[in-house]
Amino acid sequence: MLKLGVPSKGRLMEKTFDWFGARGIGLRRTGSEREYAGAVEGIEGVALVMLSASEVPRELAAGRIHLGVTGTDLVRETVPLWDRKIAEMVPLGFGHADLVLAVPKCWIDVETLDDLDAAAAAFRARHGFRLRIATKYHRLVRAHLQAAGVADYQLVDSQGATEGTVANLTAEAIADITSSGETLRANHLKILQGEPVLRSEATLFGARGAEWDDRLRDTLRELGARLGESWPAGLPRD
Amino acid sequence: MPTPERREAERLFALMQAEGALPVEADTLLPAETLLDLYGEDLRARAYVTRDPERGEMMLRPDFTVPVVQRHMAEGAEPARYTYCGTVFRKQEPGSGRATEYMQVGYEVFDGTAPAQTEAQLFALICRALDGLSLRAATGDIGLLLAAVEGLDTSDRRKAALRRHIWRPRRFRALLDRYRGRTPAPAHRAGLAALSPEARLTALEEAGPLIGLRSADDILARLDVFAEDAALPPIPDLQAEVLEDILALRGPARQALERLRDGAVDLPALEPAVVRFAERLDALEIEGIDTTTLDFEASFGRTAMEYYDGFVFGFHAPARRDLPPVATGGRYDALTRVLGQGRAIPAVGAVIRPGLVAALSGEEA
Repeated sequence: MLKLGVPSKGRLMEKTFDWFGARGIGLRRTGSEREYAGAVEGIEGVALVMLSASEVPRELAAGRIHLGVTGTDLVRETVPLWDRKIAEMVPLGFGHADLVLAVPKCWIDVETLDDLDAAAAAFRARHGFRLRIATKYHRLVRAHLQAAGVADYQLVDSQGATEGTVANLTAEAIADITSSGETLRANHLKILQGEPVLRSEATLFGARGAEWDDRLRDTLRELGARLGESWPAGLPRD
Repeated sequence: MPTPERREAERLFALMQAEGALPVEADTLLPAETLLDLYGEDLRARAYVTRDPERGEMMLRPDFTVPVVQRHMAEGAEPARYTYCGTVFRKQEPGSGRATEYMQVGYEVFDGTAPAQTEAQLFALICRALDGLSLRAATGDIGLLLAAVEGLDTSDRRKAALRRHIWRPRRFRALLDRYRGRTPAPAHRAGLAALSPEARLTALEEAGPLIGLRSADDILARLDVFAEDAALPPIPDLQAEVLEDILALRGPARQALERLRDGAVDLPALEPAVVRFAERLDALEIEGIDTTTLDFEASFGRTAMEYYDGFVFGFHAPARRDLPPVATGGRYDALTRVLGQGRAIPAVGAVIRPGLVAALSGEEA
């Protein structure tokens, strides 16, 4: 069976089901509300695996599922050399979110990464420690700041309510996922100008390292045809 | 049975001790904060960090220089020379296949009496230690860049900003282009710079509630900087071109000296650094190094050797461009200044990777 991993709850699950449904493939959860089991209708040989969205990248990288739906942000943050192990098959057109750097609105002197760098240098000289940026996306944010040559900052870990860290004095700035920017605005933060750290979108990914026998290749091609995609037989390994 | 790396390490360690260096040890787990404060958050991508319930974040020793310098500053007397031999740990680019733990044999000298001779002797020692391998040496001198920046006719603040980014070439370039007037100041900065002091306060009040640790003073101080900067004339072209020439300068060391002497005519502040450069070449000749063929590249060490602020060098195998340098070293007075919180010690040092030496000797044997 071709194992398709999809988020097990929330809007991401509903929209994924809708997206496949609109293409004649019925995905649904089976059993009780609490049981993470699912069924696939309209195509043979595909099994549904219900997973937390954050587990999908790991399962894809390990090749334990063949296809999976999750956000690009999670794949890129959590899987080193992700594109060797995982292929982007189709962007699904929902779950849009940007990973952005945001600073207090009252920082009228800071609009760009250049400003952030200069402000960080001055902050360190005045306060004696590196300017703190709260985030859970350590790798992506660090790589972004490194490429821009920003110095004198530190990343502090924040796994939730990141927008509140500035008012709580545990960080000076934040990097987080936002879709509308509303939570940022409500917390008196503004997004830095320029490209976001990452543009994320719900995407159907394929696992290069999964077992792809002839039957699975056929199933993949058939699934591709149903989704209006002309996928190759199987997935190329890097 | 010792590995070839271990055998080579012991040979090099013995050689350094025969040169009069005192063998020293360092902890394997170092307090992460000191290293992160020195090298910045980027270091997390290159070193392993772990947590101790009592001591907080600890780092698996990414090199020996910092603990050796700290120990010397706490208890050593000058002049002093040390050697060490042990494993360091580095996270590598995923997929690069590079070693995440390997041995280093190092040699550090704290001696301010005859800097040019000390540098030349260090370089010659590393040459001898690597004798028999087909390696090529590259040399540089961050001191020339620092002197050129210092000599620019512009504000101390601009010079400090350029100095801060000497080791980050892209940002250095962006700053230099702006200070030369080749790229305009960002529009929002120009707008803020034009505001009167009262208008700045109003702008700050209207922007939103003051949240976070960064205060109104912090923000207003930066607006003062914008205004000061907007009023400054661009760095004169003649001086900036000398700096540009130095950034691009590469060739045999003796030949480079002639170009640097030309540069010092237009930028007289360069003179002391050029004299130091010339003294070093003479000292290298005395050590038997042919400076008419020695490779020199003024930008060498700018990306990988933060805090090295004078003579820098590296040895690599031209036939094995895939390998990291076999040895690197140079002068790092700036590091001792930061670690010593104002107290600086003239310091030079170098590390050799015995694993690479063993691998290359194996190939050539």
